Amino acid sequence: MSTALRTVLPRRVLDGFGRAGNVSCRHVAPRSIEELARVVESASREGMTVGFRGSGRSYGDASLNGRGVVVDTTALGRMLNWDPVNGIVDAEPGLTIEGLWRRTIEDGYWPAVVPGTMFPTLAGCVSMNIHGKNNFKVGPFGDHVLEIDLLKASGEIITCSRTKNPEIFHAAIGGFGLLGAVTRVRLKLKKVESGMLRVNAFYAKNLDHMFDIFEERLGDSDYLVGWVDSFASGDATGRGEVHQAHYLHEGEDPEGRASLHVERQGLPPTIMGFPRAHLWRFMRPFCNDPGWQFVSALKSFMAMLSDGKSYLQSHVAFAFLLDYVPNWRLAYGPTGFIQYQIFVPHETARETMKAILKLQQDRGLPNYLSVLKRHRPDPFLMTHALDGWSMAMDFRVTESNHEKLWKLTEEMSELIVGAGGKFYFAKDAVLRPRDVERAYETEKVDRFFALKKELDPNGLFETELARRIFGSRLDATATGTQKTESDARPYREKSDAPPSSEPIETRSTA
Amino acid sequence: MPESTKLTAADFSEFRRAIVIGASSGIGEALARDLAKAGSRVALVARRKNELDRIAKRIRETGTGEAYVHVHDVAHFAEVPELFDKIVEELGGLDMIVYAAGLMPEIAEGEYDFAKDKAMVDVNLLGAMAWLNPAAAFFEAQRRGTIAGISSIAGERGRRGNPAYCTTKAALSTYLESLRNRLARYGVNVVTVKPGFVDTAMTKGKKGLFWLISAEQAATATLDLIRKGTGAAGFVPHRWALVAWVVRHIPSFVFRRLNF
Repeated sequence: MSTALRTVLPRRVLDGFGRAGNVSCRHVAPRSIEELARVVESASREGMTVGFRGSGRSYGDASLNGRGVVVDTTALGRMLNWDPVNGIVDAEPGLTIEGLWRRTIEDGYWPAVVPGTMFPTLAGCVSMNIHGKNNFKVGPFGDHVLEIDLLKASGEIITCSRTKNPEIFHAAIGGFGLLGAVTRVRLKLKKVESGMLRVNAFYAKNLDHMFDIFEERLGDSDYLVGWVDSFASGDATGRGEVHQAHYLHEGEDPEGRASLHVERQGLPPTIMGFPRAHLWRFMRPFCNDPGWQFVSALKSFMAMLSDGKSYLQSHVAFAFLLDYVPNWRLAYGPTGFIQYQIFVPHETARETMKAILKLQQDRGLPNYLSVLKRHRPDPFLMTHALDGWSMAMDFRVTESNHEKLWKLTEEMSELIVGAGGKFYFAKDAVLRPRDVERAYETEKVDRFFALKKELDPNGLFETELARRIFGSRLDATATGTQKTESDARPYREKSDAPPSSEPIETRSTA
Repeated sequence: MPESTKLTAADFSEFRRAIVIGASSGIGEALARDLAKAGSRVALVARRKNELDRIAKRIRETGTGEAYVHVHDVAHFAEVPELFDKIVEELGGLDMIVYAAGLMPEIAEGEYDFAKDKAMVDVNLLGAMAWLNPAAAFFEAQRRGTIAGISSIAGERGRRGNPAYCTTKAALSTYLESLRNRLARYGVNVVTVKPGFVDTAMTKGKKGLFWLISAEQAATATLDLIRKGTGAAGFVPHRWALVAWVVRHIPSFVFRRLNF
C-alpha cells in the first residue's frame, strides 16, 4: 500500500453489541488474507495499533480500537475446504457459524460448540474461546479447533496446533486477538444423525431447585441451560426454567435424516403473531423494571405450565435463542445495556449466585435476563471456564442508573473474585485491571504477556478491551503508539470519576 | 450588536477544548480569542505562522485560556487525519471545532478562471469535509460536541459576481445541514453560520457594502448562535435573514437582470 493508512482509511463510529459504548475508529475490511497482511504491515510501519472485528457480536469493547485501525474480517468468509467424511473444515477467519452449519448440516455435521447466536465469526469464536450450553460436556470452542494459522506482528504466518507451537495454540485461543491475526481455522465438527434434538423442560421453583435439576441431569444430557427470573424474591429467588436436550441417535427421529435439510432448520417467521423482524419494537415498551418484571412473571408462569414437557426441536431453534428476535439489542433503547457473566467454582456457586441475585434486588437494579450454565475446566491459558457454574446477566443502561450500575458491578466483581470466580470478556464492559489480575492469577497473565512480547514485541495488536482490562501491562510492551487519557473511551475504569449525567462517554479529564 | 453578551467561563465549560481552522484572521481569529478569553484551550490552525504566533502571544498575554499553533494549509487534505489526532491528544479531548477558513478571490467582469474556482472549492468546501468528517465521527462516538462552520449568505442564491464562491458556500451550508441531521440524535450541535458583510481582509476594498460589522461582532454573534443549542443555522447579524428571504424569492427572470 503506497499511501499511509492513517491518511486514507475512513473513520467509522463502531459500537459493541450492547450499544453502551461507541468509538470512532479507522476501519478497513480486507478482501483477502494477503490484503490483511499488508494492512497489518502498514499499520506497524506507521506506529498504529490494530484491533480485529468480526461480526461485532462481543457485547463490550473487544472489537473496538479508537487509537488505531479496526480490521473488519467479515469479507474473509470463505470455506476453504470441507471434508464431509471426517467432518473437518478449513475456513477463513470471517466465516460465520451460520455460514458453517448451513454448509455442513446436510452432510450430518453440526458445530460441536455454538454460542446463543449464529452470527459470530470463527476467528471471533476462537479469540474469545466461546462456550455453549454443553460446556460441561464438550468444553469450549477451542477444544474442537484442530489447528489455526496466526499472522504475527512481523508478518510471518505460523501454524499452531496441539503439537505445533502448542503453547501459542493454547494462548491464542481465548487470547482476545492480542497475539496475532487468526487467518485460518481448522475445526472438527460433531456427527449428528438427525436435525432435531429431544428437549425436556423443567420448572424450577427457586435457585436451589434449579441447581438440583442440573445436578440430577448432568450425567445424561447433551445440553443443559437454565433461565432465571431475576425479579423473583424471597423463597422464590432464582425460580425459572431448565431446558435439557439430547442428540437423537439413529432411528430415534421419526423422519429419519430428512430433518437434516437446511430448510428444516429455520426459525419461526412470526412469534405470537408478530413478524420476527419487528418484534423488538413490541418489546421496547416493556424494557423497564415494572414491564420486564411482568414479562418475567408471565414467563415463569408459562414455565410452570410446561414443566415436564418433552418435544423435538431443530438444532437451530434450540441453539440460537438470541436470533429469534432480530435486533433485540435495540429494545433496550439508545443507551443500550451491558452483559455481565460470572463464573463461580462449584463449591460456592449456590450461595454466591443467591447473594448476587439478592444484591441486585437490594440495589434496585435487577437484571433482565439471567442464564445459568454448568462448566468444566479446559487447557487454555486465559480461559474463563472452571469447574463450576456461570450466570450471564443483561443490565439495561440508562442515563440515570449508569453510575449506580457501575458501582453494583464493582460490588459483584468483589464478591466473585472473593469466591475464586472468573469473568468472560466477550461480554464484559466493566472490569478493571485489578479484578482481572486477581481472577486470572498474576502468573497466568505474566505468561500471556511473555508470549505477547515474543509474538508482538511492539504492542501492535490492541483493543479498547485490552487497554481497559490490562492497563499498564500493555504500556510495558507498546512502543510508538499514542497513549493518552483523552481519546474517546467508551467504558469507565472506575466509578469514583466525577459524577456525570451523560451516558457512558469519554472519561472527563477535568 | 446587543451588548448583553458578557462571556463567562461557565458559559464555555462545554467548549473547553476547541479547534479553530482559519484562525489567522477575520472571524476565525476573533472566535479563537473569544474562546480563549473565556478559558478555553484553543488549537489555532491556519497557513500563516507569523499571524498565528501573534494571536497566540496575545492570548497568552491575556492570561486566560491557552493557544496552540499549528501551521497547515487546509487544501493539503492528506495532512488532516494525523493533525486532527495530534491536536485532540494535545488538547486532551475535544469539545468543539470551528471551520472558518474561506477564500474569495476577486473575479473580474468577464473572467472565468478555473484555478481560482478550484482554490475556492478546496478551501471553502473540501477542506471543511476533510476536517469535519473526523470531528463528526469523534463527536458521534462521544455523544457530545459542537461543530460550527462559517458559511455565507452568498450561498443562498447563485449570483453573477462570483459563481464558484456562491457554489462552495451553498454546498458548505448543505453539508453542514446534513451533518446536523446526522448528529442531532447523538447530542451533537452542528451550527451553520451565515454572516452578511463583515469587515475582514476578504471584503477589504469592495464596493457597495452595507450593514458592515467587525469580525469581533461577528464572532460574538456566532457564539450566541452556537450556544442556542442543537439545530441552529442562522444569519449574522440576524437582520440578514430578511435579505436572504427576499433574495431567495426574486424570480429568476428578474434576478438575471440584477447586478448584485
